[in-house]
Amino acid sequence: MKILDARGLSCPEPVILLRKAMSSMEPSYQIIVDNHASKENTTRYAEHQGYQTSVSEKDGEYTLTFTR
Amino acid sequence: MKLKTETRWILTAGCIIGVISSLLVFFGNPANMGFCIACFLRDTSGALGLHSASAVQYIRPEIIGLVLGSFLLAMWRKEFSPRGGSAPVTRFMLGFFVMIGCLMFLGCPFRMILRLAGGDFNAILGFAGFAGGILTGVFFLNKGYTLKRTYKLSRTEGFAFPAIQVLFLILLVAAPAFIHFTASAGGPGGKHAAVFISLLAGLLVGALAQRTRLCMVGGIRDMILFRDSKLLFGFAAILLSALACNLILTATTAGVYFQPGFSGQPVAHTDGLWNFLGMYLTGFGCVLLGGCPLRQLVLSGEGNSDSAVTVLGLMVGAAFCHNFGLASSADGPTANGKIAVLIGIAAVCAIACLNTFRKEK
Repeated sequence: MKILDARGLSCPEPVILLRKAMSSMEPSYQIIVDNHASKENTTRYAEHQGYQTSVSEKDGEYTLTFTR
Repeated sequence: MKLKTETRWILTAGCIIGVISSLLVFFGNPANMGFCIACFLRDTSGALGLHSASAVQYIRPEIIGLVLGSFLLAMWRKEFSPRGGSAPVTRFMLGFFVMIGCLMFLGCPFRMILRLAGGDFNAILGFAGFAGGILTGVFFLNKGYTLKRTYKLSRTEGFAFPAIQVLFLILLVAAPAFIHFTASAGGPGGKHAAVFISLLAGLLVGALAQRTRLCMVGGIRDMILFRDSKLLFGFAAILLSALACNLILTATTAGVYFQPGFSGQPVAHTDGLWNFLGMYLTGFGCVLLGGCPLRQLVLSGEGNSDSAVTVLGLMVGAAFCHNFGLASSADGPTANGKIAVLIGIAAVCAIACLNTFRKEK
């Protein structure tokens, strides 16, 4: 599983990071973000691409796992 | 299901914001200027004495409301998150040049929509330039443009900008002699809705924009980048609801809120090339900033000090525009303004290149 660190990156950089990673067509990805807008935007993008999302939160950081 | 909920939210918010914007003109704001972040920051700069253009000086309660509306909702939703440190001086410069672009066109992207909703066809050229600027910015984003990461800051830092807005509200209400206010017939700064109406409108729009992440630049940018239409729905909803409200007001009141055409439009000029280039600079700069001036205000309410610095850049840019004759008027753009816009485009392009192609050692 490819793991991406998008903490501290501002909109829309986390989604661009995810889009570039997803071009490798792996079955699952993980991305760490630290704000709500990035969480929503990356989730929306991954779901548009047919991935399912699971989220865990710790100390204001979100680990999003996308699988299909 | 979740996506549909988000779309419903942004459509509803956009409709409410469009109606509020139209009604603010009914209650006294300048025509087609229910909201204009650039104009209102310019007015506030003037009220504080940063420039001396007597026609545009007023501490706009809408700005105060936008920041505090975002701040209060972010606190309530536990989304208040003080952070910063992502190239603040570069962001200040981008804010400065975005304001030069806005005051060439005579409006921020928000007012561009409201000018369209009021029948001002000059804004069509502005919109074309805006979209062109966004396309240029997206090119750099795709090539790896970044202003690097932000970092967590103390809560005191996050509270600072909302606290400044409270101070502005006190100054507005107390109206001490050192604050400048345009006389009621003295120009756009003298036209405004009652303070509590403007403040309430700002609070509502700030909260809605915080909840939905509404951004005038983000709509076109995300559509190009990801085929994501969410923010574009907000843009379209504001346009259509403000247009509908303007038509209703025109039909039911003595005022004219919709007047289609190019010439004789309120607080606007007909120079198509410079309307285009002004909004080109605005769109390009805003993509590099990560959001339009409205979004910068909302983020500053959420505790983002980079956005607060950007707003300060916008305010200083506005002061420069009026101190050095860069701002357009109904008569058209000035020679100084044209030079400033060209310098702005070159500077923003240099910022984009330096933060895209420079290799870190």
